[in-house]
Amino acid sequence: MVQLTLPRNSRPKEGRVWEAPADAKDVRVFRVYRWSPDDEENPHVDSYHVDLASCGPMVLDALIKIKNEMDSTLTFRRSCREGICGSCSMNIDGTNTLACIKNIKDIRGDVKIYPLPHMPIVKDLVPDLTHFYEQYSSIEPWLQTRTDEPSDEWRQSPEEREKIDGHYECILCACCSTSCPSYWWNSERYLGPAALLQAHRWLEDSRDELTDERLDRLEDSFRLYRCHTIMNCAKACPKGLSPAKAIAGIKRKLVDREI
Amino acid sequence: MDKSTAHFLKQRLTALANIPLALFFLYALMTHAGADYETMRAFLSNPLVSAALLGFIVSALWHMYLGMQIIIEDYIHGEALKLFVLALNFLFCLSVGFVSVLSALRIWMA
Repeated sequence: MVQLTLPRNSRPKEGRVWEAPADAKDVRVFRVYRWSPDDEENPHVDSYHVDLASCGPMVLDALIKIKNEMDSTLTFRRSCREGICGSCSMNIDGTNTLACIKNIKDIRGDVKIYPLPHMPIVKDLVPDLTHFYEQYSSIEPWLQTRTDEPSDEWRQSPEEREKIDGHYECILCACCSTSCPSYWWNSERYLGPAALLQAHRWLEDSRDELTDERLDRLEDSFRLYRCHTIMNCAKACPKGLSPAKAIAGIKRKLVDREI
Repeated sequence: MDKSTAHFLKQRLTALANIPLALFFLYALMTHAGADYETMRAFLSNPLVSAALLGFIVSALWHMYLGMQIIIEDYIHGEALKLFVLALNFLFCLSVGFVSVLSALRIWMA
């Protein structure tokens, strides 16, 4: 059966409180999930009292401030700090998003920060995305053709190019897949919204010639059809894309192929 | 056609069919609320009414079977238990359908 409650040793407990310096002017509490593989302890939620008067505007700025000035053991991924690398995806204020483009001002009350849901945790806010990347590679995300390679380039009209708008912007941050209940219950077999959005990107690409083979590989009651149009993916996507629409596009192509 | 796409298509088609058939079923219930046995029997023995009700039973049960199958596959991961519950689902829908269709036919034939 699907496991609906956490095992005893995974239940988060109340953690440490890290007070703000005495001269702090604008204090906000950041409640952050902590777990380390190095001890036998349960996960715990630490409360960091951060002085926003000396902090940048985004949640990532606060996390970096905590790591630099309060607790250097806090572990998270980050890189570009402008919403294009997809490293700092995490669950903030109940929604999967990128810490670098989530404004602290948009959150009311304490800022609750957890790792992406339903993933194995490496440490603190760092999820293990190995399986997620394997699923991406399983859809063979590269141009595949049968005709001989042209001497100059594979041509594509502006209209044909427009068809991959809403797909190529995906940064593989995994916010969508890890917000999908269907992916939570069946991620071993269901490819999930991110991989399927990419699969649709190659089906829509006018230059790709292996559409039929791609559709054959997707046509499976688990790989594709576990999508029940819950739409959490479209709601979560920090880039404003709609994996749900792309998945509907794949289903339509499969039906069109038959009738 | 691959089984998975056929399943998807069947679920959509039965859903579409369920809209008019369920509306007709509701209409039949509402217009005959409180009617006596003979009136109801006469109404149900009309071949068109009978056909629409049979259609509703088959389409709704088929849709229920397909939907329940998906939910079972979603949540039950142990192979043995899954097969057992899937079989229960099939038997339940089949027997409810069999009894309902037989009843409707009996009234029509009588």
